[in-house]
Amino acid sequence: MTDREAVAHLLRRATFGPTADEVDAAERAGPEATLAGLLNRNRADRGAAATPVPALPPDPYAALTKESSREQRQKANAERREQLQRLTLWWLDRMVAAEDGLSEKLLFFWHGHWATSAQKVKSARVMLGQLETLRRHGRGPLGPLVTAMVRDPALIIWLDGQKNTRKAPNENLARELMELFTLGIGSYTEADVKAGARALTGWVVDRRTGTVRFETRRHDSGEKTILGHSGRFDAEAYAGLLSAHPAAATFVAGRLWFRYAGADVPAPANLAGADTVATLRTLFSSPAFSQTRGTLVKQPVEWVVGALRQLGVRPSALREEQRKQLLAGLNALDQVPLRPPSVGGWPAGAAWLTTSSLQARLRMAGMLAAAVTPAVLERLTAAPAAGRPDALARLLVVDGWGARTRAALAPLAGEPRKLLAAGLVSPEYTVS
Amino acid sequence: MDTLTRRKFLLTSGVVGAGALAAGAGAYGLRDLLDTAGDRDPQSRTLVLVTLYGGNDGLNTVIPYGDPAYRAARPELAYPDGEVRRLDDDFGLNPALAGLHQRWSGGGLAIVRGIGYPKPDRSHFRSMDIWHTAQPDRPGNTGWLGRWLDGAGGDPRLAVSFEPALPPLLAGARSAGAAVPVADRKAAKGLPAATLTAFAAPEAGESAARSRAAACFADLRSVDEMIRHVRDSAATDAADPDGDQAPATATGGARTPLDAQLDLVAQCVEAEVSTRVFSVSLGGCDTHADEKQLQAVLLGQVDRALTGFADRMSRTEAGRKVVVAVYSEFGRRVRANASDGTDHGTASDMLLLGAGVRGGWHGAPPSLTDLDDGDLKYTTDFRDVYATLLERVLDTDPGSVLADWRGRLDGLF
Repeated sequence: MTDREAVAHLLRRATFGPTADEVDAAERAGPEATLAGLLNRNRADRGAAATPVPALPPDPYAALTKESSREQRQKANAERREQLQRLTLWWLDRMVAAEDGLSEKLLFFWHGHWATSAQKVKSARVMLGQLETLRRHGRGPLGPLVTAMVRDPALIIWLDGQKNTRKAPNENLARELMELFTLGIGSYTEADVKAGARALTGWVVDRRTGTVRFETRRHDSGEKTILGHSGRFDAEAYAGLLSAHPAAATFVAGRLWFRYAGADVPAPANLAGADTVATLRTLFSSPAFSQTRGTLVKQPVEWVVGALRQLGVRPSALREEQRKQLLAGLNALDQVPLRPPSVGGWPAGAAWLTTSSLQARLRMAGMLAAAVTPAVLERLTAAPAAGRPDALARLLVVDGWGARTRAALAPLAGEPRKLLAAGLVSPEYTVS
Repeated sequence: MDTLTRRKFLLTSGVVGAGALAAGAGAYGLRDLLDTAGDRDPQSRTLVLVTLYGGNDGLNTVIPYGDPAYRAARPELAYPDGEVRRLDDDFGLNPALAGLHQRWSGGGLAIVRGIGYPKPDRSHFRSMDIWHTAQPDRPGNTGWLGRWLDGAGGDPRLAVSFEPALPPLLAGARSAGAAVPVADRKAAKGLPAATLTAFAAPEAGESAARSRAAACFADLRSVDEMIRHVRDSAATDAADPDGDQAPATATGGARTPLDAQLDLVAQCVEAEVSTRVFSVSLGGCDTHADEKQLQAVLLGQVDRALTGFADRMSRTEAGRKVVVAVYSEFGRRVRANASDGTDHGTASDMLLLGAGVRGGWHGAPPSLTDLDDGDLKYTTDFRDVYATLLERVLDTDPGSVLADWRGRLDGLF
């Protein structure tokens, strides 16, 4: 692998899709400095500053009472949907605009890991609150993240935590917390699930304010045995037990490997670091990581955000109709941010490669090619016709086209927008 | 490994190995199936497996209303005697199951009670892996019908799912069933047909994932053909991502409605295609809270879809050779939780209907008071039913598929 290929591989995986200019700069800096620059967040992020977190009005449901009419409820529902759509589009815009691409992609990883869906949570403010929590703790050690998440209103609503009481524990949150979020199957028992649920009792979500509060009378303060430890554990203590468990760091590091490197090459030993940034440093530096080049199927959000970045298109700059196409396209691809299909998160690998998803990608590629900025299009048209497939590879940060794809692209050299759309659906671009 | 993971469910499943991916699973359209029309041996039977994802509450499906322990354990959730659709003096069906109740009266519905497996696992993902693989001790990376397919020659069209991704149960070691997508209404436009054809060519030395991406182009032609055959209602692209038409489900299941999936099955059966196994599914059964109404809605969908399908099947010779089996990865806790729902449980019911199925009770009902840590003790191993279906529906010796499993459910046929 050349240095350019190495930094392009790194940037494709660590961020949402680098532009050719970013790869040029990374090539000049070299692989080591590029990785260090990605992991250190010490510069002001102008892109993030230009896409401030939206100030969402209070949950429209807060104003409803038992006496509210059907029309008022329908109106509140419509407002909620509108707020969620606004939040989703803001997030997509932030993903495209941010300069700290590593942190943005990592936030999306954590969103898929803690897989909470707005379909049940309904409140945009509560969903945004979870994103802020994941952003605040996502780069650091596991302990503070898990502690914050067991008191996260969105997660509590999603997994019925507010219905978990001393008198009748509801195990949903306790089970998924261990199985999917921290330990993985095999590291805990059914008794741990039951005791864990008791530890989590007492936290309720105030739907009006979108915040949590602790109700002592609902909490089970009795003695519990969890993962071999006994005590009067509450949610915070339980979170501490989980993040300190030896399986936790390994399990979470394995999930990072799965998303950033894929399932084809086994994760290297001792991947887990003291915090997530340290784990990512080990991950991206490992020889096994470079072996995974060309094997990881891009998730739909990765595919579309990367394309938007490379084509110089900001979702906020799209026409209303195109914004709708963007969301409808992600829906057809089965990956809408804030709406994971299940608490197990989104699928991976060849599950994204079906005829129905290809049809959706073809439509989306046509929309993206129509929205491309003239300046970017000119990078293609500036090249002589025979050189345009190579100009396209540079634009889309593909290491190179195989003979099959060259044969497919060559006849389109005279139609730059079609050439662009074809590049976006090519196997080389779809699988990074 | 994570290759052909179910799109809506099994992110954490380890079931499907790379072998199935290399075998080109999913590379089929309805046209490919219909091309086999008339190929079916007129004597052979067809299995339609219905998976209810999320853990359907068996005790509120087949209700032990005559047992005082039922009402005592779940006072808010229990159905009063008068609402239950009576099967006998002790058991009745959920009020939403009107069509199946009628079928029971005509002797056409078999109910297997207390179905489960040793050392029950209460994780959705692991328990569903166990049902998919039929390997409770350690779920491997092949599904039970995938292994059957391996032995039956490996033509993917023999085992079909109408879902975007292949369910693990159809993944074999050397072959895999076909996931036939219910395609979008609008055909892809914009790129010339020649471009799409060119992309379909294989490229030497390419990764498996890139080969798969190229193979998708090869499938487009058959999918375009297929669109003309598929119901308009199956279009997904126009769906509003903020709409509430799809129920919130945290544990997966197909997005295409069950009745639409069964309509496609019916169409294939009537065309006498070569397919012997169809897999269809419904999600949303994970009723931790406010269960009663939610489950009634889901069971209503199941009831209408199954009885409509069974009625349609009874009208053709090929249809009268179809057997339907319905299951979920586990039942739910006997005692309700404080949220008017139930947590993950163990043993449950399996429903069967169709060709030669002997209606009535099978298996022993589990006790509601002699419990295993709050959960029902299973009385019938699900592999007994699998083995019986392999023998009696798929004409196969279950030994190689089910690791020489000896149990059978006597009297089911």
